[in-house]
Amino acid sequence: MEEFKVIDNYLCVKLPEEVDHHKSAYISENADRYILGEQVNHVVFDFEATRFMDSSGIGIIMGRYKKIACFGGKVFAIHADRQIKRILYMSGMHKIIEIME
Amino acid sequence: MIEIKQKEPIAAGERDSMKNEMALEFDAVSTNESFARVAVAAFITPLNPTVEELADVKTAVSEAVTNAIIHGYENVYGYGRHGELKPVHVKVQEGKVYVRCRIEGDILHIEVEDKGIGIENLDKAMEPLYTSKPELERSGMGFAFMEAFMDDLEVESKPLLGTTVRMQKKLGCSNFIQGED
Ligand SMILES: Nc1ncnc2c1ncn2[C@@H]1O[C@H](COP(=O)(O)OP(=O)(O)O)[C@@H](O)[C@H]1O
Ligand SMILES: [Mg+2]
Repeated sequence: MEEFKVIDNYLCVKLPEEVDHHKSAYISENADRYILGEQVNHVVFDFEATRFMDSSGIGIIMGRYKKIACFGGKVFAIHADRQIKRILYMSGMHKIIEIME
Repeated sequence: MIEIKQKEPIAAGERDSMKNEMALEFDAVSTNESFARVAVAAFITPLNPTVEELADVKTAVSEAVTNAIIHGYENVYGYGRHGELKPVHVKVQEGKVYVRCRIEGDILHIEVEDKGIGIENLDKAMEPLYTSKPELERSGMGFAFMEAFMDDLEVESKPLLGTTVRMQKKLGCSNFIQGED
């Protein structure tokens, strides 16, 4: 699967153009397979291709965060455009994950 | 040489008198979430909304329509990548979602209705972070986003009869600087 890559102990998830409820189960279930199956400590969400996200995306991020935070894992968001950043900040995600510039 | 002319913005006078309406009715399945927000976005383009206004409206529509589908009719699973329902044994509940839009001058009115299970405690439902379906990893931010991205939000709901969400937004007035990216 192209969208999920393990590099060292990081799982990198390439998010689709639109992150909504329709896509959320696919993203969460596959990410969890790597989190549980491989030696993954941290998760990186790559928003490079993403032009739209609603609160379903926040659910995806919080869900993965809960799965790895208790083992000291960290969640990162990279390549988030202004619109995505607004959604992340508005829902307080910047307090629990690292939003890279 | 091709000359690309910038679209003329609608003059203020013309805008005030502008009136337009549309209605959509579609099955309560997750594939229609993107359909609904793209349709509404296309409907409002004659008003020349800013990039930010367009994103705000799309997010609000997406939240309201998604709520109708997963809470109203309890079609909780999105379709998989290849169009299959996950898990495969889950039956799709029948139901329609109704989206009505009205433009009056520079005000956009949106109504999203379902005839689903309705909401018992509206005050609680509208609290940020509250979700009745934490097992589905809902974030409970849907109503908070609708409130933040639109100028006005009203919710009417009757248990077992359904829910109607009414939202309003004035377009073409955001102080977002276009072309900054
Ligand atoms: N159309 C609806 N029909 C029934 N219940 C709804 C509807 N919309 C919202 N709700 C209720 O309100 C709660 C909060 O909605 P929301 O803020 O969008 O959060 P979330 O969708 O993440 O649960 C939902 O968990 C649900 O219980
Ligand atoms: Mg919601």
